[in-house]
Amino acid sequence: MDSDDDYFEAEDESSLVEDEGRVSDDEGFLGDTMIVPDDPLGSGSKEEDVYPFVCLSAEQIVELMLEILNEVNDIVNIPHTTLRILLAHFNWDKELLLEKYYEYDGNPEQIFKDAHVISPFKLKSTCKTKGQSSRTDAECEICCSSYSRSFMTGLNCGHIFCKGCWSQYLRTKIMDEGMSQTIPCPAYKCEIIVDDEIVMCLISEKKVRMKYQHLMSNSFVECNSLLKWCPAPDCHHVIKVEYRDRQPVKCQCGRVFCFECSESWHDPVLCLHLKKWLKKCDDDSETSNWISANTKECPKCQVTIEKDGGCNHVICRSQTCKHEFCWVCLGPWDPHGASWYNCNRYNADDAKKARDVQQRSREMLQRYLFYCNRYMNHLQSLKFESKLYALVKRKMEEMQQLNMSWIEVQFLKKAVDVLCECRQTLMYTYVFAFFLNRNNQLLIFEDNQADMEKATETLSEYLERDITTASIREIKQKVQDKYRYCDSRRNVLLNHVHEGYDKDWWDYLDL
Amino acid sequence: MTVPRRITKETTRLISEPVPGIVAVPFEHNARYFQVSMCGPKDSPFEGGSFKLELSLPEDYPMAPPIVRFLTKIYHPNVGKMGRIRLDILKDKWSPALQMQTVLLSIQALLSAPNPDDPLQNDIAQIWKDDEELAIKTAIEWTRKYACGD
Repeated sequence: MDSDDDYFEAEDESSLVEDEGRVSDDEGFLGDTMIVPDDPLGSGSKEEDVYPFVCLSAEQIVELMLEILNEVNDIVNIPHTTLRILLAHFNWDKELLLEKYYEYDGNPEQIFKDAHVISPFKLKSTCKTKGQSSRTDAECEICCSSYSRSFMTGLNCGHIFCKGCWSQYLRTKIMDEGMSQTIPCPAYKCEIIVDDEIVMCLISEKKVRMKYQHLMSNSFVECNSLLKWCPAPDCHHVIKVEYRDRQPVKCQCGRVFCFECSESWHDPVLCLHLKKWLKKCDDDSETSNWISANTKECPKCQVTIEKDGGCNHVICRSQTCKHEFCWVCLGPWDPHGASWYNCNRYNADDAKKARDVQQRSREMLQRYLFYCNRYMNHLQSLKFESKLYALVKRKMEEMQQLNMSWIEVQFLKKAVDVLCECRQTLMYTYVFAFFLNRNNQLLIFEDNQADMEKATETLSEYLERDITTASIREIKQKVQDKYRYCDSRRNVLLNHVHEGYDKDWWDYLDL
Repeated sequence: MTVPRRITKETTRLISEPVPGIVAVPFEHNARYFQVSMCGPKDSPFEGGSFKLELSLPEDYPMAPPIVRFLTKIYHPNVGKMGRIRLDILKDKWSPALQMQTVLLSIQALLSAPNPDDPLQNDIAQIWKDDEELAIKTAIEWTRKYACGD
């Protein structure tokens, strides 16, 4: 699918130059996109190389685990089950495991002890001493019933229980407590860890086996910094990268997300700021609107006060404050008392100071609301994405009735693709700007942003229009020009931000 | 509702071979609920007191630990206001190989050796650390006041 898009871009590159005369610095960029066909958004920044990643299915993760197991086993040669526990103990860091393993000079007993497994080298001496007793029946300590020895089993620590209790125990640990690599022997104070072989042997219920395997893969993925689950709901794919970075990756299911923070791809804003922003939005987006409209802060203790009636003589109810002030001018009430409601003394110092503080906090709020509203606006528009695709699909069919070929109408789909990408970028530009102090580079950024926003809205408008036979060619030309322009403006904006990151242009506010 | 063999066996043992100082009686209509009375251990501030507890066995016992709670008020850093007990084997260190009897014995041992470093009641633990004499005095007082009735 990517190669298709690139084909169009390559073919139509010349037409770009005609558009609105702002192309000189954009031209080089399109050329670059063609060299980067695997970029999941079709628009990485131009200097950077392709960010290499692969998408793995659940089975492939298991294979990957096996691969690592085999690799290490070639060197240390201990049973797979034991090795798996050791690797889990070292968070699947095989180098660390090997380093520690040989650090003890060929005597890795301490490692086995730390990882809560019985050393395979000691096994022959300790194992099965219990099993040797001559009685044929034994009592299971858990259910207090006697069973033949063949129905009793245990780990290498020698504690044995009946198979029924074992499977119930494992089931509880797996299903209720979500444990996989750290389930200990059921005996009191025994910390020897249950290996995967015995679990698979004792658990027959499919649901539990599946959950166990999933938990195993999960702990493998979680402790491997080069692997990330796709954040889409019900998607069980994993993205594997070669080095960790803030880069977009695209899962087989279609979700594009940031490898660093797993949020939707959020260029140009940094993960850190996005996280702060999302938290802020969660906390107070709706509430702050109301607060802004209906309340004021006590000029002394800054507690938020709603006046729901009564006169302008307000007494702060905060137990430690009790400040009396005028609701209108926010100055202390005392001078008002003499001749009632006499706050025409505009320059009274106290009142002015109080208003300043008030104003600053209002300004902060206003500023946040400004960015928040714009962010939300694009977010809302994006939510109609699927609707828009459906609408465009219908239009494309209509156009094919009007003697256009299938390939000729593909530009409409491409236009929606670009529109959505632009909206997403625009959305995050407001988060980006929210955290910045004013400087000249920010002014340039805002110009870029305004330009891109204007173009994006126009493109959106074009896509809503009706198509008639007469206008069809003309519309196609217009739409194509516009989406190319949008795309190029988007790249200009992103490159400018990236350059700023490299050159330390951005001056962050302490929010 | 049938009672698992293990519970029946444990109950029989609790009654036939009781541990000195601990009496556990199953509720008449509920074999999973026990009323326990525990004597304060010798040489502890709880000596001479008789403490009532309740013990109930959850549905998935012995995979899940029994739920035990003091009914008698007690001045102890590891026992909460509502009688909850902070003891590792009642939580994450539980093993299905443990039994009611072992649990009750551990609780008795906890009375002998309060652990203010892992408290359930911070204020009591603080006093226990700062002024052990005062803490012990208070514990003795409480024992006399709440645990020495009929």
